[in-house]
Amino acid sequence: MTMEAVYLGFVLMLSIFLGFELISKVPATLHTPLMSGANAISGITVVGAITSAGAGLSDWATVLGAIAVFFAMVNVVGGYMVTDRMLGMFKKKEAPVKDQV
Amino acid sequence: MSAELIGAVYIFAAILFIFGLKLLSSPATAVRGNLISSFAMLVAVLVTLASNEIIDYRWIAVAAVAGAIVGAVAARRVAMTGMPEMVALFNGSGGIASLLVGWAALYMSDSAHISTVVDTPDAPAVSAFTMITILISILIGGVTFSGSLVAWGKLSEAISSAAVSLPGQRFLSLFNLIALLACSVLVFVQPAWTLPLVIAVIVLSLILGVMAVMPIGGADMPVVISLLNSYSGLAACAAGLAIDNSILIVAGSLVGAAGIILTNIMCKAMNRSLSNVLFSGFTATTQATKVEGEVKPISADDAYLILEAASSVVMVPGYGMAVAQAQHVVRELGELLEANGAEVSYAIHPVAGRMPGHMNVLLAEANVPYDQLVEMEDINRRIENVDVAVVIGANDVVNPAAREDENSPIYGMPIINVDHARTVFVLKRSMASGFSGVDNPLFFGQNTRMLFGDAKQSLSAVIAQFKN
Repeated sequence: MTMEAVYLGFVLMLSIFLGFELISKVPATLHTPLMSGANAISGITVVGAITSAGAGLSDWATVLGAIAVFFAMVNVVGGYMVTDRMLGMFKKKEAPVKDQV
Repeated sequence: MSAELIGAVYIFAAILFIFGLKLLSSPATAVRGNLISSFAMLVAVLVTLASNEIIDYRWIAVAAVAGAIVGAVAARRVAMTGMPEMVALFNGSGGIASLLVGWAALYMSDSAHISTVVDTPDAPAVSAFTMITILISILIGGVTFSGSLVAWGKLSEAISSAAVSLPGQRFLSLFNLIALLACSVLVFVQPAWTLPLVIAVIVLSLILGVMAVMPIGGADMPVVISLLNSYSGLAACAAGLAIDNSILIVAGSLVGAAGIILTNIMCKAMNRSLSNVLFSGFTATTQATKVEGEVKPISADDAYLILEAASSVVMVPGYGMAVAQAQHVVRELGELLEANGAEVSYAIHPVAGRMPGHMNVLLAEANVPYDQLVEMEDINRRIENVDVAVVIGANDVVNPAAREDENSPIYGMPIINVDHARTVFVLKRSMASGFSGVDNPLFFGQNTRMLFGDAKQSLSAVIAQFKN
């Protein structure tokens, strides 16, 4: 158990550092999509929910897991779709149309 | 599928998540980044479904399909102006999911763990490490869930968006925390009571979330939203520790870090510390210097004449633009000005609006190209050469008192120095002050003209002049 905790601690620490490195380079323009995209990633908890709901544990764990699958899926599907919708609106200026000068 | 193979696929999914986040750092590649990240999610879900542990798919299928439909419909239907509320709700659903996973983990007895908590009919044995992580994931998940619901209520004005605090708020929060801690410790002392104690922890965490967000008012929302975003990641991460799943830990902590960075950026943009935002609010205890002077109103016709002659114009949007849904007329005016030969840009303060990057999204919705959006430092460097700055529903973020008046509650907050532009138009409904309740000397400035009325109607009137 102790080795396991140490190993998980390593994973945790390295991912936090990596997260800081990745995110601090995102410009202010993209902060909202970044937030909703990152939020969709937090729906990864669906993986844990699937295990609780389908591993044939006690009835109670199955019910809790199923509700968790529902909420996590709302988070994942909604989060990714809304992020995609937002990002689709960010457009570069189209080729110069100022030919009236 | 063997545990090793699943582990390998999880590593692959983690790489994709990281790559997806990396691509989110430029508008040109962001769409692809988001797709890669969602593909990573799909991979992680599929490989989990294929694992040997899963023996019953019925519940999963029903819940997953229902969740996907709800999420998809919500994402399709939401208006861009409703984005802060939507993000708050998604945060909340992530939080409650992590809480439930943590709770369910109580029932995953694993003989490999050293059992320190005695087997009971209510809850089979879990190790002390697992128990602690279960309690943490319940705590963070619960706070995220109820906190997000309150944030949603405030943003959608279902409840008052002003700072609301109960008498003895701090005492109650402290009491709540102590009770939480006591229940958590008791789980180890009295393993037979595990289930009631865990339920007590859930209830207390939910109350804690409500009490944490209630006292935070409208203009501090960007901080709260990004903090809750961070919590939703940390909750997933704690749930991952509880069920011993590495992909949850990696993805959760990436999100946790992202939220903390955004929170930090928002706090810096207001020149306040996080604890100051969370525990005090803008209470104008110090009396700001009273501003006296004469306000010079201007009509849409006269505004048109000045804009028509301008060769550089900067639009400064704020929450008022979102309320008036004026982003489309703003873009239309911008295009007319450009056609007229003026250089147009949009200057955005980091905390304008109700979530980080709120204004950028609204302007993007109105088809403003992202290369015309400039950040605060860039515009301040050349603001003296700007002919006209048009302030649309922004107040505190352009208030020169932040720079000059040491008694002002917002003193020290970086602002967009619109008062240094040659002319400033302020679009406002009335002379009411902004969220912070501070007088704005900008309105009395020599070069300031007030264009009273609804921002959308005022701008439409100016546009009508242009078209004649």
